[in-house]
Amino acid sequence: MQVPSHVEYERATSVEHALALLGRPDHRVLAGGHSLIPMMKLRLAQPGVLVDINGLAELAYIKEQGGQLRIGALARHADLLESATAGQHYPVFHDAERVVADPIVRLWGTVGGSLCQADPSEDLSAVFAAVRAIAVIRGQDGAREVPVREFHLGPYETVIAPGELLAEIRVPITAGTGSAYEKVARRVGDWSVAAAAAVLQLRKHTIKEAGIGLTAVAAEHFVAAEAEDFLRGKPATEENFSEAATIAAEHCHPIPDQRGPEDYKRHLVAELTTRALRRAAGRAAARATS
Amino acid sequence: MKVTVTVNGTEYTRDVEPRLLLIHFLRDELGLTGSHWGCDTSNCGSCVVWLDETPVKACTVLAAMAGGRIVRTVEDLARNGRLDPVQQGFIECHGLQCGFCTPGMMMTARWLLDRDPDPAEAEIREVLSGLLCRCTGYENIVRSVRWAAEHPEATR
Repeated sequence: MQVPSHVEYERATSVEHALALLGRPDHRVLAGGHSLIPMMKLRLAQPGVLVDINGLAELAYIKEQGGQLRIGALARHADLLESATAGQHYPVFHDAERVVADPIVRLWGTVGGSLCQADPSEDLSAVFAAVRAIAVIRGQDGAREVPVREFHLGPYETVIAPGELLAEIRVPITAGTGSAYEKVARRVGDWSVAAAAAVLQLRKHTIKEAGIGLTAVAAEHFVAAEAEDFLRGKPATEENFSEAATIAAEHCHPIPDQRGPEDYKRHLVAELTTRALRRAAGRAAARATS
Repeated sequence: MKVTVTVNGTEYTRDVEPRLLLIHFLRDELGLTGSHWGCDTSNCGSCVVWLDETPVKACTVLAAMAGGRIVRTVEDLARNGRLDPVQQGFIECHGLQCGFCTPGMMMTARWLLDRDPDPAEAEIREVLSGLLCRCTGYENIVRSVRWAAEHPEATR
């Protein structure tokens, strides 16, 4: 029987109330709880006080505003999967959400919680890194914006300080983009062995900007920066995708574990990056002609 | 801490530890043992109940989080002595062998059918993909849910 250690429970009634409750370092935000509670049961997490934010409806939204896709931190995985707005601009979110955990867990797990958990194998971190999202973090002194590419400090560590709360994730909406996510897992609902997110902004046939995110292979900030640099300004061809994928595979740092040896994971990174780039380019082209 | 939860239409107040999981609140505090305590790791789904109309794995939610909310368990599927079509479907199509996963399967199936009264087989399989049946009776479970979809008037 798995039992969390003793903990106190507070329920936030507003964002301001939550921020007031989050003052101490041993306070933890409780959103969907589908990462935190299992970690508490294993005693890997032993917070002193849980601040339940599930009642904060003002943080549960997905909308388009000011040329950005804005996702409230309390939006559930299922909300993102069902959001036509998100899927229209960034199908990569729907690709990824289809393979996050299982449908029941997706009803409770939150988008913000996934980012804050900062699990190296978590899918959305790579996706938000690929699309160059901005995290909006609120504190009692106001809000600050942090690029998702600077949000994670390492496994299970983020830039969020005691007394702060992730409020929103903003994704710039850019014309001419296509995006995709490709994942290999051992079984349905499992963590990635490896996965790749790709975003391509095309002008005619030239890559104006590329975003590549990698899951579960210890890529710095979940990004394949060298592969992005290689693609920028080049034609969107199969050869260039393949070369970029090889670069991505060389520059990540997969750790051999029960999900596979290092060379297998590098092989997956190359293959999945190629597939994601190919699909992203196809989607960008389809949008350009529609 | 005092927690008040409405379970299957009845309001219960209990003094519990904040760390108490909802599945243990239901089974040990309220004696509602229809929801099963299985893997304890949110993998198997035998503990699925509804929390404010949405299925949740009750081993991965605190009883405190359910405070002020509405919970529905498998005990509430049959009403006035009449089985839910999902329950009847499991009887008709042999949707259970040992029965351990059945409460989670049926609560998830009822939620699915309330959202989509005529789900395709692929949709049923997708929704049930986070639930494990160790008797490997998936074929019959899917058939049972389809039976319920085809007989919505069966008993309700």
